[in-house]
Amino acid sequence: MNDESKTPKVKMAGKGVEVFYGAKQAINGIDLEVYERQVTALIGPSGCGKSTYLRCLNRMNDTIDICKVKGLLTLDGEDIYDPNIDVVELRARVGMVFQKPNPFPKSIYENITYGPRIHGLAKSKADLDVIVEKSLRGAGLWEEVKDRLLEPGTGLSGGQQQRLCIARAIAVQPEVILMDEPCSALDPIATAIVEELIGELREQYTIVIVTHSMQQAARVSQRTAMFHLGDLVEVDDTETIFTNPSEKRTQDYITGRFG
Amino acid sequence: MIKQHTVSAFEDEMQFLTHKIAEMGGHAEKMIGQSVKALTTGDVDLARAVIKDDMRLDEGQREIDDKAVLLIAQRQPMANDLREVFANIRISSDLERIGDMAKGIAKRVSSVSEYSHGVKFARGIEHLSELASAQLKEVLDCYGTRSVDEVNNIIERDEEIDAMYTSLFRELLTYMMEDPRNITTCTHLLFCAKNIERIGDHATNIAEATYYMVKGQKLDAARPNEDKTHKVSLD
Repeated sequence: MNDESKTPKVKMAGKGVEVFYGAKQAINGIDLEVYERQVTALIGPSGCGKSTYLRCLNRMNDTIDICKVKGLLTLDGEDIYDPNIDVVELRARVGMVFQKPNPFPKSIYENITYGPRIHGLAKSKADLDVIVEKSLRGAGLWEEVKDRLLEPGTGLSGGQQQRLCIARAIAVQPEVILMDEPCSALDPIATAIVEELIGELREQYTIVIVTHSMQQAARVSQRTAMFHLGDLVEVDDTETIFTNPSEKRTQDYITGRFG
Repeated sequence: MIKQHTVSAFEDEMQFLTHKIAEMGGHAEKMIGQSVKALTTGDVDLARAVIKDDMRLDEGQREIDDKAVLLIAQRQPMANDLREVFANIRISSDLERIGDMAKGIAKRVSSVSEYSHGVKFARGIEHLSELASAQLKEVLDCYGTRSVDEVNNIIERDEEIDAMYTSLFRELLTYMMEDPRNITTCTHLLFCAKNIERIGDHATNIAEATYYMVKGQKLDAARPNEDKTHKVSLD
């Protein structure tokens, strides 16, 4: 049933990943591969470890003092927890979009150019202009904001703000985009626009998305990983997960029978 | 054992569909039995009752369609629930068709019973209908108990029905050749026999839908060849 003629390449992989918050273990040794140019959805009830796992993929957990990550996590086969890795560069390669849109309290233009500037991706104003237009077009926002680029990003609607955050993430030319419930604060129309966008972004980027909406996972992803109590219950083609999952815990969760 | 849904109304709606299918199934079985009984005894009143009864299956199907569509819109069922709703829609449509087949038999009772040999000729149909009824009953038991281990065996027995239908076809042709006055009655009976053979096919459909509902996979066993009477000739 897979429409990909060739086996997709593994973009990011976890092997025996364990995460601790102080003494409490949040993830109990997970192996999970994320394929290139696919959308992988992480699902599971609150507290199952899916967001924690997502945050391991660009070392966002480093910002939490008591958080310890064990095991191996790789990007293109390279250990991302290697002491020689430049974390800032890693986060440029593995961008992130959060649950609540969080544009900088600056202009739309500056929201986009901030990343490319600090990463030295642009030499001139002309370069930046190109990046701004390309990123906003990529996020499906250009037509709506092209005449007010100098207005504050915070003045946009929620859905536009979220797309601005996606534009900001793709401005630094990442390879992977992590999305942590990117639509949970959006109305259905804005959600549909972002979902449509995810489908387009997938042609260029590898996407990992955490979502509480089963329907969203079913709509946007090609693979789905089910988490529960820090374990990876199963990972399979999205089609299989939502029509005929192998594990009872997955079935109970996606059909609304949990607990 | 499958856990209950967190939302109890969802649970109730799924239960409603299951109960409605069971009810329609029981009703379809009853209609087959009564229509064939009316045919073999020439009971025109019973036949009329069967014809009227078919409405209940039509209503049942409509009700399942409405409730299933509403349930899909409100609950967005997934996995086994999704398969179950899908199977229920298909099964109710097969049961409704089975009702039509039984009604078709009942409608011919008055024409067949007018002719003195009619009831005698109808004997063979009685046995055919017993096979089809038994098949339907077993299939509905599989649905009711959600156990599909026997499904393949049940489907294979559809071949028996087909074989008996073919021999009945020959028998009725023979009566027609013996005496042209038999032609009207035997033609009616041929349609009755064909209806029963079709009931067997619908039972097979239900078995396949049930299998998919329970297992999440298509039943891949080759379906027995259906009606072979297109090859029967007069020589």
